[in-house]
Amino acid sequence: MRPLILCEDLWKIYRVGDVEVQALRGINLTIDRGEFVAVMGTSGSGKSTLMNILGCLDQPTRGRYRLDGLDVAAATRDLLAELRNRQIGFVFQNFNLIPRTSALENAQLPLFYRGVSIKEQRMLAAAALQRVGLAGREQHYPAQLSGGQQQRVAIARALVGTPSILFADEPTGNLDTASSREIMNILEQLNRDDGITIILVTHESDIAAYATRELVMKDGQVVQDTRRATHLSVMQ
Amino acid sequence: MPAFILLTVMTALRILSRNRLRAGLTMLGIVIGVGAVIAMVSIGQGARAAVQAQVASMGTNVIIIMPGSTTVSGVRGGQGGAVTLTVGDAADIKKRSPLLSDTGWAKRDVMQIVNGNRNWNGPVNGISPSYLTIRDWSFLSGGPFTQTDMESAARVALIGQTTLENLFDPGEEAIGATIRIKNVPFQVVGLLAPKGQSAQGSDQDDVIFIPFTTAERKVFGSQFLGSVGALFASTEQIADLPEAVEQIREVLRSRHRLQSEQADDFTIRTQIDIGKVQEGTSQTLTIMLFAIASVSLLVGGIGIMNILLVSVTERTREIGVRMAVGAKRLHILSQFLIEAVTLSLFGGLIGVVVGIVGARLTTLIVGWPTIISFDSIVTAFLFSLAVGLFFGLYPANKAARLNPIEALRYE
Repeated sequence: MRPLILCEDLWKIYRVGDVEVQALRGINLTIDRGEFVAVMGTSGSGKSTLMNILGCLDQPTRGRYRLDGLDVAAATRDLLAELRNRQIGFVFQNFNLIPRTSALENAQLPLFYRGVSIKEQRMLAAAALQRVGLAGREQHYPAQLSGGQQQRVAIARALVGTPSILFADEPTGNLDTASSREIMNILEQLNRDDGITIILVTHESDIAAYATRELVMKDGQVVQDTRRATHLSVMQ
Repeated sequence: MPAFILLTVMTALRILSRNRLRAGLTMLGIVIGVGAVIAMVSIGQGARAAVQAQVASMGTNVIIIMPGSTTVSGVRGGQGGAVTLTVGDAADIKKRSPLLSDTGWAKRDVMQIVNGNRNWNGPVNGISPSYLTIRDWSFLSGGPFTQTDMESAARVALIGQTTLENLFDPGEEAIGATIRIKNVPFQVVGLLAPKGQSAQGSDQDDVIFIPFTTAERKVFGSQFLGSVGALFASTEQIADLPEAVEQIREVLRSRHRLQSEQADDFTIRTQIDIGKVQEGTSQTLTIMLFAIASVSLLVGGIGIMNILLVSVTERTREIGVRMAVGAKRLHILSQFLIEAVTLSLFGGLIGVVVGIVGARLTTLIVGWPTIISFDSIVTAFLFSLAVGLFFGLYPANKAARLNPIEALRYE
């Protein structure tokens, strides 16, 4: 089977003034469909850069990145947008919901750019909100929701377009323990029941423990790659 | 795409309604610009229509020939001071200038006119019957006097509306009544239809017409029989006017035995000349209007650009999120352009209302005539649309070019 993500000798070099910063130094990585990958590492290890490139927000300086067989490194800006719209869902640490806009409309956003009819947008967004347990809160504004609820709206937004990969960048970084557990349970369920590939960036090992595969990054390279057979909740 | 545009317009409206004060202040420039244009165009068009009506009231394709000034021992009299034009001139002009359809003449003096116990001081004109057709006078009742009246120097008179009101009681029958001009009894045979103000601003209806022959023999007591106050002529086509003027000049110069180095002892004016002066005035008005409109729309446009730039900065994170979930450059660009156009179109709409109200108020308070034209409304509206697009383009493009990663990280 063709791997979902295939990286070969991936480099990312920034130039800050005269100083050259090598954020990624020859990453080789394969991720298959249905994997739940946690990317760990200290800040500055390159995990955010890797995430941006894998998430089609940025392009590598050198090397090859194929997403579902498509060469991302050579893609235009608009093609990257198209890829993000159809293949990728994002969940951010600070939720990044559009303020003073209802939960339903936030969840509709990816479909809005896909040219789906308004009626279908509403229907699919309502279904996605129900999936994350927010039925009945469609008309709430982000400011009227708790942190955990806001993050669930963000997950609904990431899910609504049925992407093949979900990128979660420190999704529990701004949440208390109870809310963190809720969010991780939802992600785990999506991976296990719907087979959605999840790539999770975190620096907390108890959050990383939800994943079935753990990558540790250091100085722009993957230094450790371990797999676990089962989900945490199943082990418990 | 239609769903996208509809939702974007809705989003734009919601964002603008959230910042009502800000949106209102931003639109103000456009409102004032469009309002000023609409109001001033309707005032300008009202004034123009009034002037055109005045010029038209002179008659159709009219040429007026006035005597020139006299020079007596170096002291120059004013225009019309000389008694240089005669009935003979009129006849000769008619004969020798084939372009003319008609010629007439008139002589005027201000006299006391009496009807019973009422009296009025007004201009009395001795005219040739053709004068009435050249100057386009029509009748409310009665009719013109005839060539026979002219030849027999009949004591008949035609009176204007103002004269009627001053000499007769309301409802009193004027036709057939006898009035006295300088103690000579005249029978009123025609009541003239009102013409209103002339292009020079005088009341054209304050007038009495009597046959020229009657005037010079029985009323004015002229020193030189046959001398006239002014000659009038008309052509079939308006295009013939300039050439007709030249023909008349030649005829008159040869009749008056003027040497080539001598100046004309008469002045010829046509409707075109009078119209041109008015045209010049309205052109100046149009240029001023255009200047005012350009400045206020420019200021309005800069206001929109400014507020959109602020908005782009404020919403950098939102733009990042939209890009992350798949918004292309064109999506972001059109979102901000639609916001700009919504602002400017709303401003234009309010401006149209303000302009119409302003024009109406001008008519009500100052009494100037105004004409609100559909064209000016459409033009102002299209202009505000163009201003929105033009000044929205830079901020919208700035938003669309943001780097999604940096935008997402923006605090």
